[in-house]
Amino acid sequence: MRGDSASMKVLRPATADEAVRMYARAPKALPVAGGTDVMVLWNAGLLNGRVVLDLWGVEEWRKIRVRKDGILIGALATHARLREHPAIREKFPLLSEACATVGAEQIQNRGTIGGNVANASPAGDTFPALAVYEAVVHVASAKGRRTLPLSQVFAGVKKTALAPGELIEAIFLPMLPRRPDRRVFRKVGQRAAQTISKTVGAAVLFLNKDGTVEELRVAFGSVAPTVRRLRAAEDALKGRLLTAASAEEACGLIERDISPIDDMRSTREYRLRVTRNILRAFLWS
Amino acid sequence: MIKLKVNGRTRTFKGAPFTRLIDVLREELGLTGTKEGCGEGECGACTVLVDGAAVCSCLIPVCQADGASVETVESLGTPEKLGALQEGFLKEGGAQCGICTPGMLMSATGWLRRGGGADAASLRCAIAGNLCRCTGYQHIIDSVVSSVKGRKRARR
Repeated sequence: MRGDSASMKVLRPATADEAVRMYARAPKALPVAGGTDVMVLWNAGLLNGRVVLDLWGVEEWRKIRVRKDGILIGALATHARLREHPAIREKFPLLSEACATVGAEQIQNRGTIGGNVANASPAGDTFPALAVYEAVVHVASAKGRRTLPLSQVFAGVKKTALAPGELIEAIFLPMLPRRPDRRVFRKVGQRAAQTISKTVGAAVLFLNKDGTVEELRVAFGSVAPTVRRLRAAEDALKGRLLTAASAEEACGLIERDISPIDDMRSTREYRLRVTRNILRAFLWS
Repeated sequence: MIKLKVNGRTRTFKGAPFTRLIDVLREELGLTGTKEGCGEGECGACTVLVDGAAVCSCLIPVCQADGASVETVESLGTPEKLGALQEGFLKEGGAQCGICTPGMLMSATGWLRRGGGADAASLRCAIAGNLCRCTGYQHIIDSVVSSVKGRKRARR
């Protein structure tokens, strides 16, 4: 069965207000942003007969606003724009680096940050960066607006905690107190490009003047139902010097926060080992 | 009604708005140069430029291309007068079975137009979203490099 375009009803809002009002009237509609995930299902004939809320025309959700306290990224900003945006590259380089690994050029030109979050894939490549930067998700509905931390948005594999009628309108990244002393983004898949992650991680490290750890933030994807901060490892290193021994100790704690599975892409054992290797290389090399 | 500019000509489409861009191009407009490979955004055979950006035309409902400018492989040249990239593919044997070729040409076009490098490493990155099961990619890279050199020679 292929997608049957005649069976689809398409709602095409042009403004944010129209979008939330249309969604309130058609709560079963399927919101579509860049379509890079939705259209795969549609092509397979899995969405025939659905009402679609096509958000592509909502121009105001495309804006990227650089403010003193952070950058507010409209939900419809594409991965290609985030990859190249000067302020994001400067202030939030892990996000730019992550966006450059999502699919390849064609997907990056179309897929959006809001769509990526709403899709809630366990393997979302931008999520570790968003988790490390403690992103705040702005949602809108006909009833009003609210914000929630990224950690509260993901409810499980392909599930979000958004209420019926709510649409993601922006993602806010609060400015870091200062430039981190170290950072890393690593994605490991079957091939260098156009691949789904076996494990994907991002981290920033702030050191005190005496070389001890002021703050470590590290998050991994593809190793649990949702992206996870490695809180046990982060806490264990606070105030301590990074040595082979303390790095190893932190690596030994990752299973407190992640629980990878065996699946078609990889095994639990491989994912744990590579995740540990990435963390160890970041902390002590 | 959906209005789009295809290879410089204004076209209208009155069918279902969720029809895929690739189907409008091939079935409605007879532009069969664009090929469908996987239908899920993995292979890049259906790559066209929308407002200058390389995208998979199998993943775009035509309502999302309303008002946009679309360029397909047909815009690159004619059998009588090939474009520089097409000449490069011919000269270096960049096409074997040919299914991936229109997508390769369009990805390379998008890349070169936005100032991407014409060295092998940059080009491999530019066509990372286009799969080829025949050539092993080297002849494709050689084709693009050759076309850029040819273009520079022509300018001199």
